[in-house]
Amino acid sequence: MANKLNMRDRYKLMTRLGWETSYQPMDKVFPYDSYEGIKIKDWDAWEDPFRMTMDAYWKYQGEKEKKLYAIMDAFSQSNGHLNISDARYVNALKLFLQGVSPLEYQAHRGFARQGRHFTGEGARVACQMQSLDELRHVQTQIHGMSHFNKYFDGFHDFAHWHDRVWYLSVPKSFFDDANTAGPFEFMVAIGFSFEYVLTNLLFVPFMSGAAYNGDMSTVSFGFSAQSDEARHMTLGLEAIRFMLEQHEDNVPIVQRWIDKWLWRGYKVLSLVSAMMDYMLPESPMSWKEAWEVYFEQNGGALFNDLARYGITVPDYAEICTKEKEHLSHQVWGILYNHTAAAAIHTWMPDDAKMNWLSEKYPDTFDKYYRPRFEYWRDQAENGNRYYSQTLPLVCQTCQIPMGFTEPDDPTQISYRVSEYNGDKYHFCSDPCKAIFDFEPEKYCHAWMPPQQIFQGNCGGEGLPAVLEHYKFNLGADNMDYVGSPDEANWNLWKGLNGSVSGDVKAS
Amino acid sequence: MSTVFLALQDVDDSRPVVEAIKKDNPSAVVESQPAMIRITAEGELVVKRETVSNESGTDWDPQDIHLILISFGGNVDEDDDYFKIFWQD
Amino acid sequence: MQIDIKAKEVKPIRHTYSHIARRFGEDKPATRYQEAVLDVQAVDNFHYRPTWQPDKELYDPTRTAIIMEDWYSFLDPRQYYYGTYTMARAKQQASADQSFKFVEKRNLLDQIPTDVKQTILDYVVPLRHYEWGANMNNYQICAMGYGAAITSAAAMHGADRLGNAQYITRIALALSDNDTSVLDNALAGWTDKTQWQGLRKLVEDSLVVQDWFELFVAQNLVMDGLVMMLFFEKLEAQLVAAGASTYAMLTEFIVDWHAESMRWVDKQISVAISESEANADLLNGWFAQWTDAAQGALAPLADALFDNGSEVISSITESLKSRAAKAGVSV
Ligand SMILES: [Fe+2]
Ligand SMILES: [Fe+2]
Ligand SMILES: [Zn+2]
Repeated sequence: MANKLNMRDRYKLMTRLGWETSYQPMDKVFPYDSYEGIKIKDWDAWEDPFRMTMDAYWKYQGEKEKKLYAIMDAFSQSNGHLNISDARYVNALKLFLQGVSPLEYQAHRGFARQGRHFTGEGARVACQMQSLDELRHVQTQIHGMSHFNKYFDGFHDFAHWHDRVWYLSVPKSFFDDANTAGPFEFMVAIGFSFEYVLTNLLFVPFMSGAAYNGDMSTVSFGFSAQSDEARHMTLGLEAIRFMLEQHEDNVPIVQRWIDKWLWRGYKVLSLVSAMMDYMLPESPMSWKEAWEVYFEQNGGALFNDLARYGITVPDYAEICTKEKEHLSHQVWGILYNHTAAAAIHTWMPDDAKMNWLSEKYPDTFDKYYRPRFEYWRDQAENGNRYYSQTLPLVCQTCQIPMGFTEPDDPTQISYRVSEYNGDKYHFCSDPCKAIFDFEPEKYCHAWMPPQQIFQGNCGGEGLPAVLEHYKFNLGADNMDYVGSPDEANWNLWKGLNGSVSGDVKAS
Repeated sequence: MSTVFLALQDVDDSRPVVEAIKKDNPSAVVESQPAMIRITAEGELVVKRETVSNESGTDWDPQDIHLILISFGGNVDEDDDYFKIFWQD
Repeated sequence: MQIDIKAKEVKPIRHTYSHIARRFGEDKPATRYQEAVLDVQAVDNFHYRPTWQPDKELYDPTRTAIIMEDWYSFLDPRQYYYGTYTMARAKQQASADQSFKFVEKRNLLDQIPTDVKQTILDYVVPLRHYEWGANMNNYQICAMGYGAAITSAAAMHGADRLGNAQYITRIALALSDNDTSVLDNALAGWTDKTQWQGLRKLVEDSLVVQDWFELFVAQNLVMDGLVMMLFFEKLEAQLVAAGASTYAMLTEFIVDWHAESMRWVDKQISVAISESEANADLLNGWFAQWTDAAQGALAPLADALFDNGSEVISSITESLKSRAAKAGVSV
C-alpha cells in the first residue's frame, strides 16, 4: 500500500531540484536577479501559482493543439474566410499579426531568460512553462493567419514590418522595454501588468469580435491561447505578491513599476481600441464598455486585494477614465490619415456604424468626432481621400503620434516636453513624460521612426523610398479599403456589386 | 467583498463544469457571451472534482479545467479535489 | 447579403509569407514548421540596451564566437514546432504513464533485489540534479541564442530535461513507496559524496559558460553523450542482468528521448562546422576540452559502478568521438 503524497508536496518534489553551488559561486550562476534593488530573503516562500508537471503539461497542451489544428485545417479546406462578415474585418487580424504575434515571441524569449536566471526554482519552472506557452502563441497565430495571408494583403511581411514600420514601433518598443529591464521589472511589466491586468482587454474583445464576425479559426486559436493565459495570470499575481511580501523596501519599487507598466500597456492597447470600435464590422462591445468591465471593475477588485501591501491604483487612472470616451476615435483618426504608410486598410464608418458609435459614446461621438468623420467621408466620396505624406512627431515614450488631446479639453492636443543632455524630447501625456524623466538614459535611445526616416535610415528620402524599404506592395498593403484589391477580391468571391471580374491581383 | 469571475469556452467539455458550479455556488451568475461562458460570484467560486465527476460520469481532474479556461479574476487555489478562485477579504 | 460563392474564383493570391518566399527564391507553399520558425525573431532597430548586458543588443549574434551567414540554417530535422512537439511528447508520456501504472499495480519493483534497488537510488536518482542543470543550460541557450530555429528547439529540449528529472523522481518514489527521504539522500549524494563531485563540478562549470554555442557543445553533445551512455546503456545493462528488468520499463522515456534528440543535436553541430573553418576550429576545441573534462568527471562514478571502470569510460568516449566525427568534428 503506497504512502500517498498530496498534490502540493508531490509538486515540490518534482520541481525543487536545485542545490547551493560551491564549485562556482551562486552569484555567478545567477548574476541578474539582484541589481534592481528587489530584496528577497527567502525563495522558499514562493507559492507555486499552479502545479503542473511536464507529463501533465504535454498531455493537456498536446490535446489542445490537436483540437486547434483540426479546426484550422477544416477552416482552410472549406475556405472559411468566405464566412466572415466583411473583408474589412480582416484588418483587425493584420494588426494582430503585425503588432501582437511578435510580442508573443518576445514573451517567449523573456520568460526563457527569467526561467534560467531567477535564483528560486519555483519561479524558474513557472517562467519556463510560460516561455513554452508563448512560443505556442506566436506559432499558432502565424499558422492561424497563414490561410488569411493566402487571400488578403497586409499579412505577408509581418516580421519585416514589425522591425521597421512606424506604428509597430508602439508595440515593439513596449516589449523591448520590458525585455531590456531586469527580471523583476519584467515580471511586473509582462507577468502582472500585461498578463493579469490588461490581457483580458486584448484577447476577450478580439476573440468575441472574431466570433461575432464569423471567423471561427481565430476564435479557436484565441481562446485556446487564453486557456494558457490563466496560468500566466496566476504567475503574474504570485510574482507581485512574492516581491511585496519579501521586504517592505520592495513596495515603492513595485508601485513605480506598476504605474509605469500599466500606462505603457494602456498606450499599446489604444490600437486595440480602434480595432474594436472601427475595424470590426460587427462589434460585440465598445472599447469603453470593455475598459469598464475589464479594467475598472476587475482591476478595481485586484487593487482592493493589493491594498493590504500598500499598493494603490495609479494616479493617472482618472486620465484613463476621461480618455475612454475619446481614445478609439482619436487613434482611428491617426491611422486613417496615415494609411498611405501603413500595412492596413482604413475607411470611414458608414451611417449604421456612426449611429452605433453615437449610441455607445453619447457624450462625445456626435459632439467631437462625427462631424470630422462625415467631412472626411464626403471628401473621400468626392475623390479627395486625404493621405498624409509625412510622419507626425511621435511620443518619445509610447511612440504614438501626438494626436491625443488634453484630458480636460478634447479640442487641445496634449504636448509635454523634457530636456535631457541638451536635447528636447516630446511626450503625449504626463505619465509618458514621467516614465522618461525617471530613466532618461534608457528612453533617449529609443528608435524613433520619424527621426530615423528623416536621417535617411529607412530607405532614403520621401515616402516612396520608405515604403520600398518597408517592402509594401503599394496600393495593396496600404491605402483605403475602398478601391483595394482586398475589396475587389471580396466582391468577386461573394458575387457582390462592384465586383471587377478579371481585374483581381494575381500574385 | 469583490467579485470574482471565471470565463470558460462555450464547448461541450464545459457543460458538466458549469452545471457543477451552479450546484456548488448557488449565488453564481452565469451568462453566455460570444463563444464563451462568463460566471461571476461574490468573493469566491469553487469547482469540485466530485460534483463535476458526477455531472460528467467520468473522473474529472481539477487540472482538466485548463482545457476550457479562458480567463478569471481573483486568486487561484488548486488541489487534488477542487479548483477555487477567491479574493481574500 | 447575397451568398453566391464562385468557388473556382476563390484562388489564393500568394502561397506563403514573403520572408519565406524570399528564402525559397519563389512563392510556393511552406510547411508549418517553416512558417513557425523562419525569421520569427526580431533582428533590427532595437529600442533600448539590455540593462542586464548593456554591451549587447537585445538579440545579438555576438553572444557566441561562432559566426553564421544565416542563423536559420539551424533547422530541426524533427521539424518540431510547438504543436508537433507537444503532440509527440503527449504520446510518449501516455505510454510512460502506462508503464508506471503497470509496474506499480503489480508491485513489480518488489522483485528487484534490494542491493540493486540501492544502486539505482544511489547512482541514478542523483541524476535528477544533473538533468536540472541541463534544463538550465538549455533555457540559457534559448534566452541568449540567436534565431528562432535553434532557440525554440532549445526551449523544448530544456522542458524535456525537466521532464527527465521528474521521471527520475518518479522512479525514486516508486522504488521507495513514496518515501521522500530517498530524494534527500540522493541530493546529499550529489552535493557531498566523493564519486559525484566530478560531475557536479562539471555541471556547475557549465552553468557559468558565457558562449551559448560552447554551452550547446558542452551540455548537449559531450556531457549528455557520455552521461546517457554511462547510466542508461552501460549501467542499465548491468542492472537488468542483476534482476532489474522492470526498472528498464521505467527509463524507456529517457532512453527513447535521447535517441530522438541526438538527431537534433548532431545536426546543429554539423551545420555549425560546415559553415566555416573558423567555426570548425572553435567546435573542435570545445569538443576536446569538454570531453577531456567530462571523462575525468565521470571516472570515479564508473570506478564505483563497474569492475572495469576505466575501460567503460574509454569505450563510451570512443563512441562519443565516432558520433561527433560523423557530425564533422575532428577528433
Ligand atoms: Fe501569449
Ligand atoms: Fe501570456
Ligand atoms: Zn506617450
